[in-house]
Amino acid sequence: MRFQHGLLAAIGLTAALTSSPALAAEQAAINKGEVNVYSYRQPFLIQPMFDAFTRKSGVKVNVVFAKKGLVERLEQEGRNSPADLIFTVDIGRLSDAQNAGVTQSVSTPILTGVIPQSLRQSDGHWYGLTQRARILYVSKDRVPLDDAPKSYEELADPNWKGRICTRSGSHVYQVALTAAMIAHHGEARAKDWLSGLKANLARKPQGNDRAQVKAIKEGECDISLGNNYYFGLMLQNEEQFAWAQSVYPVFPTLAGNGTHVNISGMAMTKASPNKENTVKLMEFLTSNLAQQMYAEQNFEYPIAEGVPQSGLLRSMGKLKPDTLELDKVAENRPMAIKLINEVGYND
Amino acid sequence: MTPRKHQPVVGQARPHKGRAWILGGSVMAVIVASPLLAIAWIALFPSENIWPHLASTILPRHSWNTLLLMIGNGIGVFIIGSSTAWLVATSDFPGRRIFEWALLLPLAVPAYIVAFVYTDILEFAGPVQGLLRDIFGWQTKRDYWFPEIRSMGGANFVMSFVLYPYVYLLARAAFREQSASVLEASRTLGRGAWKTFFTVALPLSRPAIVVGTALALMETLADFGTVDYFAVNTLTVSVFDVWFGMGNAGGAAQIALVMLAFVVVLVSLERIGRRDRRYHNTSTRHTSSRFQLLGARRWLATILCGLPILIGFLIPAGVLTRHAIVFFDESWNAAFFGFARNSLMLATMAAAVALAIAVFLAYGRRLSNPFFGMLSRIALLGYAVPGAVLAVGVLIPFATLDNAVDGLMRDWFGVSTGLILSGTVFALVFAYVVRFLAVGFGAVEASLGKIQPSMDMAARSLGAGPSRTLWRIHLPMIRGSLIAAATIVFVDSMKELPATLILRPFNFDTLATHVYQFASDELLEQSALSALTIVIAGIVPVILLSRAITNVQSQRRGAPSIGAIPTLTPAVPAAGAGD
Repeated sequence: MRFQHGLLAAIGLTAALTSSPALAAEQAAINKGEVNVYSYRQPFLIQPMFDAFTRKSGVKVNVVFAKKGLVERLEQEGRNSPADLIFTVDIGRLSDAQNAGVTQSVSTPILTGVIPQSLRQSDGHWYGLTQRARILYVSKDRVPLDDAPKSYEELADPNWKGRICTRSGSHVYQVALTAAMIAHHGEARAKDWLSGLKANLARKPQGNDRAQVKAIKEGECDISLGNNYYFGLMLQNEEQFAWAQSVYPVFPTLAGNGTHVNISGMAMTKASPNKENTVKLMEFLTSNLAQQMYAEQNFEYPIAEGVPQSGLLRSMGKLKPDTLELDKVAENRPMAIKLINEVGYND
Repeated sequence: MTPRKHQPVVGQARPHKGRAWILGGSVMAVIVASPLLAIAWIALFPSENIWPHLASTILPRHSWNTLLLMIGNGIGVFIIGSSTAWLVATSDFPGRRIFEWALLLPLAVPAYIVAFVYTDILEFAGPVQGLLRDIFGWQTKRDYWFPEIRSMGGANFVMSFVLYPYVYLLARAAFREQSASVLEASRTLGRGAWKTFFTVALPLSRPAIVVGTALALMETLADFGTVDYFAVNTLTVSVFDVWFGMGNAGGAAQIALVMLAFVVVLVSLERIGRRDRRYHNTSTRHTSSRFQLLGARRWLATILCGLPILIGFLIPAGVLTRHAIVFFDESWNAAFFGFARNSLMLATMAAAVALAIAVFLAYGRRLSNPFFGMLSRIALLGYAVPGAVLAVGVLIPFATLDNAVDGLMRDWFGVSTGLILSGTVFALVFAYVVRFLAVGFGAVEASLGKIQPSMDMAARSLGAGPSRTLWRIHLPMIRGSLIAAATIVFVDSMKELPATLILRPFNFDTLATHVYQFASDELLEQSALSALTIVIAGIVPVILLSRAITNVQSQRRGAPSIGAIPTLTPAVPAAGAGD
């Protein structure tokens, strides 16, 4: 009978664990007016801002981080969702959330005063917090500065056959760039561009933005597409320093206009239980203090006027962003993904 | 008592009691299957029909890749798992006793971590290619050819060496259980060790090997981390792209149903594999003498068994250990203990619940009819569903239930109950159970099947009901398999990542999510301690598992025809007396 006793003990243990403090803790978080965030950004990148907010206001911020599925979670949780705020790293997720009907419009003088009109949804369903430019990283050794492509369109030029690396075409950053291409040039030309770019790839799309710069360092390709802040992040990392040293950043133009930019942003959820504190947090994130932290720590472009860019960003050159409204980018995303599938970009 | 026609059905003694058991089992099966049914529902009613686009673009290519990956992994796990199992089970060579359990160790290492580690080692900047460049004076990638680790071949390599223990575990048991007389007869009739292996042992162990391979392939099908990292575009990748990229749940669910076709093939294979199982052990005089390998062959066997352990465990664990030491000071803190506690808690609960349900369903099948059998099969499909898809599948019934309860409470009493189950540890445990039930169920069902129905009948004729028979007779007899089942569910739950990310409560990290946060930014080193802890936490139960199985086997060995009779004898009168 010893085995059955062991079994009973195990059942008891499980029951005890089920009622452990972990469950109680998370219930409490919902009740005390704390702000709950569903974040597509890694917590270690945003935690410093949340900590600063908590120090200033006394309001605690709770986070669930996942790279996928949070909008779907909000949809299912419906009006009882404990989440107050969605945090994203690109425009696509913000518009997805709005389209899914899980956001609400919010508007305060501070928010609309600080954030330029082009970087927020007109009814206040979402707000941009920082800008990130999708730039070129070009090999110092193998491409003279004068020969480097000046525009995204040039990446499809047969000159660069076998010399370009990018991450997966289905990644939100690539999708947004393709969507901007469609918005400027129309579907047909955008598709030609994608095919041309695909034909120039040195290898099957793989890895993240940093991995492409690494591939340049290793001689696999000469040009890669990547977000601007990775340059700073790589320079800070002991191992990756050499990767960043092997390239120079180039700010290409789109349709002769400016460099394609995306935003990291936030949206208040439709069911937000703690609206008041959530607005406080949203406003705090647009304050000079928080904007400066973004700029200094993550090398992103602050959206608040007058907040200085980090020294490194300034040294990389001046950003002239594409003036295309982000709404247009969001609108063309489904088409962009279809084109990416049609040209078999990832195969 | 109306006897049924075909196989001996054991639920006849007291039909009403058996029926309650089956009803309970059916309810349980439906609950476990609810996330899968939710996904099927979405697939049938998509918001926008994207099927023509998918069928003309990514689907053929990704299906083909999936097929290739499964064939490659299938061959890989079959060769590694069955060859090592054969050597360990039937031969004697240096280190055999260690290999017996050490061959299970790769089970403790998450595939995505092995993928990271081998990319570090084998990529251009890694030590292997660096050494080659030093020797031959090459400069850039264009100067020489080296197999690309981020490829189909790389995925086959990594996954085969991580998943083979499923085959090894079951094949070893099967080889051990083969009655010695059969093998000895083969040898006395003049067949060598090789011929005996191919013509007698392998066909006899087919059920176990097929089941093990099917499990490994279900894992393959559900994997996202490894294939994503290696840029192998499988159907799982397209499910993710369509759902989380295009926001088209319907299209994604439709692809998931295509994946289901692969599963159906696997399950049928498994069933075919098991078909003749029942008649195998006419004599349970197990292999007691081993082939004595001589000379160079002994060491060859040692190397053959050592290689999978080296590749699947020692190298990855070694690399993690090195990183963990370098970053020890930043990693060893209160937060780390929190992650470890959460992981252990979740995995323990998942193992216990999955085991309980597995026993319930398996016993229900023993008592009942084909309809229940089909129902319980559906409940097992979660194993082949990618974690993130399953997570959304779990959200749907949970949130629906929560919101319905909340709505009623608001209407009737004017109070809101909010979300009771969604976003709690409970939802996570449920997801793990749905995902890993198949593993536990397979082990329990297989060993229940080995108990002669005459046992049930004897107990029942002495007055014990179905529950009592299970508790006093079956459970003690199959305890080895129970431990095995719980262990595998525990280890798998420790490693689970995508569903955990989506379903977890606020401020809640497990070791796996903590590792992911950094690893997804190519900063694995900083979370190596957590990764190593997942591995270590997996080793202990894996070793226990191996010992438990060996003990059960050594107890059975030498016992007359039905090995477990000694445990049974005192149990039956007690059961009768108490009823």
